[in-house]
Amino acid sequence: MYVVVAGGGKVGANSTRSLLQMGHEVTLIEQRPDRYARLEEEFGPVVMRGDATEISVLERAGIARPPELLLAVTGDDEDNLVISQIAKEGYGVDKAIARVNDPRNQTHFDLLGIRQTVCATTSILGLVEHEVPEHGLVRLLQLQEEGLEIVEVQITSNSPVAGSRVGGLKLPEGSRLISVFRHGRTELVEPSTVVRPGDQLLAVVQNDAALDLRKALLGAT
Amino acid sequence: MGCGRVGSAVAKGLLADGWDVTVIDESEDALMRLGPAWRGGFVIGHALDTAVLERAGVEDADAAVVATNGDNTNVVLGQVLRKRYDIGTVVVRVLDPARAKFYADRGMNTVCPTQTGISALLETVQKAAPERAETT
Repeated sequence: MYVVVAGGGKVGANSTRSLLQMGHEVTLIEQRPDRYARLEEEFGPVVMRGDATEISVLERAGIARPPELLLAVTGDDEDNLVISQIAKEGYGVDKAIARVNDPRNQTHFDLLGIRQTVCATTSILGLVEHEVPEHGLVRLLQLQEEGLEIVEVQITSNSPVAGSRVGGLKLPEGSRLISVFRHGRTELVEPSTVVRPGDQLLAVVQNDAALDLRKALLGAT
Repeated sequence: MGCGRVGSAVAKGLLADGWDVTVIDESEDALMRLGPAWRGGFVIGHALDTAVLERAGVEDADAAVVATNGDNTNVVLGQVLRKRYDIGTVVVRVLDPARAKFYADRGMNTVCPTQTGISALLETVQKAAPERAETT
């Protein structure tokens, strides 16, 4: 298939190399002269110099054919958004994959209908949630002689207890919820208190119950 | 949004006309362009940051002028202000004529100073030498 790659940084260059090895036809667009020179040494005429957010540059890269796939993988989110929009809306490119550099910009990609996005930061944080057992748990204070610990747990929308009343929760032995911090205010936890995403719960735990409490509140992620 | 030469002059003009104006710019230096008599709001930050936009009060805005120094920032921002915050009048400065036309064709209210400049220059030269233009 024919693929246009916009942006010749690490992501763009490595994608180009792999796509070429797979036997696809590729045009890689890079604006910076120093990068362009290095890429041209490796890829030859596959690389084109120019600003991929300029319509004339995209046209020279064959956007009107149109390519089966476009990768908008520059280091600038607005550029990636504009490149994807011009390709999809202006030239009927069916598949455009855009790189999101700053996860806070994800909402703009969603709003503007760029559905296929890849964000390295979000992917890594997703792995952190799975791999690091203490994620979401902060150990605030250890009272060693008493064998007690005060911890804080941040409730997310994925938490199995979100929406439940505290009175109905099955919490591990040796743990007790103390207070909830939400909307800038702290309230002591009552059996009738409903746990909500975004809540910061303070708890007292005995000995080593902290991880069990985390599991009970945040699930087995 | 964007308080350079254009943005600051538009902001001052609107304020003088009686609008309630808030300016967003990444740099505090931009405040100097507004002058000591500036009585409007001023928020420092990147205008694509929704927290910055909301601090500036976009949710209640009747109109927005988008004139940062990046064409792509401007066209993305223009769409965010229309679609997410439902602002009725959004004017977007786009320097590249081709990109300005692309987004204007899709309903965006764009202003392209480059195209205006090209047209004015052409018109001036054509008026100055009408006979030559006719013979070629």
